[in-house]
Amino acid sequence: MTNNWESVIGLEIHVQLNSESKIFSNAPTKFGSDQNLQACEVDLGMPGTLPVLNEKAIEKAIKFGVAINAEIAEKVGFARKNYFYPDLPKGYQISQLDDPIVGKGSIEIQLRDQEIKTIGITRAHLEEDAGKSIHDLFENETAIDLNRAGTPLLEIVSEPDMSNAEEAVAYLKKIHSIVCALEISDGNMSQGSMRCDANVSIRKKGDEKLGTRTELKNINSFKFVEKAINFEIKRQISCLEKGEEIIQETRLYDAINNTTRSMRSKEEANDYRYFPEPDIIPIQITSDQIQRIKNELPELPDEKKERFINELGLSEYDARNLTYDLELADFFEKTLVNIDDPKLVTNWILGDFSAILNKFDVEAKDSKVDAVKFAELLTYLKEEKISGQATKKVLENIWENPDLSVSKSIQDLGLEQISDDNEIEEIIEKVINNNPDQKEQFLSGKDRLFGFFVGQVMKESKGKANPKLVNEILKKKLV
Amino acid sequence: MNLETLTLQEQIDGLREKKFSSVELVENYISVIEDKEDLNIFVSNDFEKALEEAKKSDGSKKSQEDFPLNGIPMVHKDIFCTKGIKTSCGSKMLDNFYPPYSATVVEKLEQAGSICLGKANMDEFAMGSSNETSFYGAVKNPLNIKKTPGGSSGGSAAAVAANFSSFSTGTDTGGSIRQPASFCGIAGIKPTYGRVSRYGMIAFASSLDQGGILAKNIKDAAIALECISGYDSKDATSIKAEVPNFSEDCESSEFEHVVGLVTDLIHSFGDEDLSKNYGEAIERLEKLKIKTKEIELPNLELSLPVYYVIAPAECSANLARYDGIRFGYRAENVENLEDLYFKSRGEGFGNETKKRILIGTYCLSSGFYDAYYKKAQKIRNLISSDFVNAFKDVTSVMLPTTSGEAFDLGSITDPVEMYKQDIFTIPANLGGLPATSVPFGEKNNMPLGIQFIGNILEESSLLNISNKFQLGEK
Repeated sequence: MTNNWESVIGLEIHVQLNSESKIFSNAPTKFGSDQNLQACEVDLGMPGTLPVLNEKAIEKAIKFGVAINAEIAEKVGFARKNYFYPDLPKGYQISQLDDPIVGKGSIEIQLRDQEIKTIGITRAHLEEDAGKSIHDLFENETAIDLNRAGTPLLEIVSEPDMSNAEEAVAYLKKIHSIVCALEISDGNMSQGSMRCDANVSIRKKGDEKLGTRTELKNINSFKFVEKAINFEIKRQISCLEKGEEIIQETRLYDAINNTTRSMRSKEEANDYRYFPEPDIIPIQITSDQIQRIKNELPELPDEKKERFINELGLSEYDARNLTYDLELADFFEKTLVNIDDPKLVTNWILGDFSAILNKFDVEAKDSKVDAVKFAELLTYLKEEKISGQATKKVLENIWENPDLSVSKSIQDLGLEQISDDNEIEEIIEKVINNNPDQKEQFLSGKDRLFGFFVGQVMKESKGKANPKLVNEILKKKLV
Repeated sequence: MNLETLTLQEQIDGLREKKFSSVELVENYISVIEDKEDLNIFVSNDFEKALEEAKKSDGSKKSQEDFPLNGIPMVHKDIFCTKGIKTSCGSKMLDNFYPPYSATVVEKLEQAGSICLGKANMDEFAMGSSNETSFYGAVKNPLNIKKTPGGSSGGSAAAVAANFSSFSTGTDTGGSIRQPASFCGIAGIKPTYGRVSRYGMIAFASSLDQGGILAKNIKDAAIALECISGYDSKDATSIKAEVPNFSEDCESSEFEHVVGLVTDLIHSFGDEDLSKNYGEAIERLEKLKIKTKEIELPNLELSLPVYYVIAPAECSANLARYDGIRFGYRAENVENLEDLYFKSRGEGFGNETKKRILIGTYCLSSGFYDAYYKKAQKIRNLISSDFVNAFKDVTSVMLPTTSGEAFDLGSITDPVEMYKQDIFTIPANLGGLPATSVPFGEKNNMPLGIQFIGNILEESSLLNISNKFQLGEK
């Protein structure tokens, strides 16, 4: 594969808004109830029923718009998007076409090399989710679950501003952290609260004109976004290098085989026959309403990062990593309540604590060691009652035994650090007496033997001696 | 006493004065209804339940003030969903549909104390002007069984004309209350768009559909309209406005009227009988010493083509839900999903409905949207502003309801001729304006109607002029 190509990527992200009831009915939106128990007559599209807009969905959409500095529409109108599918009860989806609630905005993403890139957001509009078709429940039959039908969605459409899978993932993660910080969605990708379609095209380096794009559907995790895009980029480049043309089509990502396959071509694409929804009169958004929402906006990930840098003295790198995952940032701040050492806490959260979360595949909020206990553990370390090595062992121990207190764990593992001057002096004297030759050599100028003595002292104390004290006392004794 | 010939007001008074009971009223109606089954007015009925409710009503101490229609029998157009009672909308598609909820109109009339005798036949999904598109066959005009009762609320109009009830509910998308009222010699009112909730009223064209009342006279229509009007949180297009006392306003002497006339426009049709009847209506106004003023409605004639773009477009989406998946007719022996759609919709819908779905789908299609739907909306705005201008000078506009009397069933086969039936009634729907039809004049021994169109939310004034006109000289 030659290096003459560049890829262009745009994402359409569907975010389920966490309103208690549906966007056009009073039915609840809770995830996981029994099939079709959360669908009322309106969600079922029964004859004569009418949609009534849930104002909460409007508020949440405006929140997002304000957070990305976008224009908010003065007039919000809905449109019918017509297509037939069994899990689309009315035969049309109520969506937005001409007057999206959120207009042009942008966000910044940070790449691995610390470079910052601005990604444009074309628009974000409100619409209702469809139900689910379940094909594997009954043999030769499809089951329909309409619990999801009518769940409010915010579809966020980006500009084609991303040039590789890494940027696409960074963008998706940024959107994820923003909607979570705003508390407008639970952002749970595995439950479908956030879903993503990617538009991918390839062009010769330096070309202005965009290549023919394909739309990848059904990508429901950060990992798959990266894999699907990378696969599609390779597929398109190899097509172009063989002299083939890219067909404008919709392709489905198959996570099991890590491949994409054609779903429908442009020719087969639906003509959605959009027209203004006559059942919902367009609503006016006032500048007062926007201002109120602006004033009530919670701290956004970027603002949190700045605060960590400016007020807590963290490095840009650490602050960014802590604020990628807001639950981690939250855990960090809760830990700081009981131990005032941001740098130490950061190191441990981004290091061993993250490692253990990954190992057990849990989110920070579900950590088996809560922030209070974690702070207690780090306090032992800070006060030099235990060593770094010991801290790690205790962390694992109290994770696996949640009922165990920090002090009990240290005791059980016998890891309490020796910081008593006399005790250490005793050990040091013993070591020096046992190694007279080495003492001679050291005193005659072999400085590097100092390390030998430290090692012997630590060995003698079974690793529990406070290294700082060992150093200090050794220096005094070896004269 | 022939209780079934009494007006709604007379029935309310008679029940209050205990001249007769609700049970007697209901029994009277049942015998008339059973006598005239051939008119094909009802799609379904539940006389036992009606009698039961009448008994309850007779035994109750409900006050007439809180329950203005207590014990009064009535008829619903089969477009209004009635909980647990078949609601077919005149279609095979919904022949098996028993809604688990009631329309707001149905609930309001129940709360007012009225008793539903049955569900009235109608054109399929309210698409038709002659009742001939109904899956259950056409209703016959009680005044002459060879004639159409009009449509789409043909069953509702015939029910009142045949003394099945003193009033009935109807819906009006392009004239579906006023035209059958005119054909059957009764009164009808379509209120302002948004005055009556559309919840549970099966949609044809959402931006035009409006529920209303058919009755023997305007006063009765006013009484019933008051009961079904008002803001409904379940209908986002319903208007938050106080409901005036229509029945009092209807007879008030407080209202001043200037009736807008379009004499030149009527003459331009070159129909002598039409001009003559319109002229006589003007004479009646003069005798009643009501001020008149000639006005212009320059875009009125564009109403018809505009309507036949917008209404089918909206209906093509509204009727997409009838797919055989969740309710309604479902074809058997299908091969796959597409086959299920094709057969269920192909077998479940009648021809007129299919035709309008196709027209609407075409008008909304990519490449045609601007030429049809968008342009139609622009012209709709023009027509609305014609009325806005007119209402600067007048309090109502007088038009014929229809261009002629009820025609013979089966006599109109050209669809465009049939669509022309609605030429005078459609403008009020396009403007969202309230309008009445009042019986006036006749042709070939069949009644004609005169239409009054009022300004937005000015039903009181509209009912007042309509009532004055109907009563004529004292």
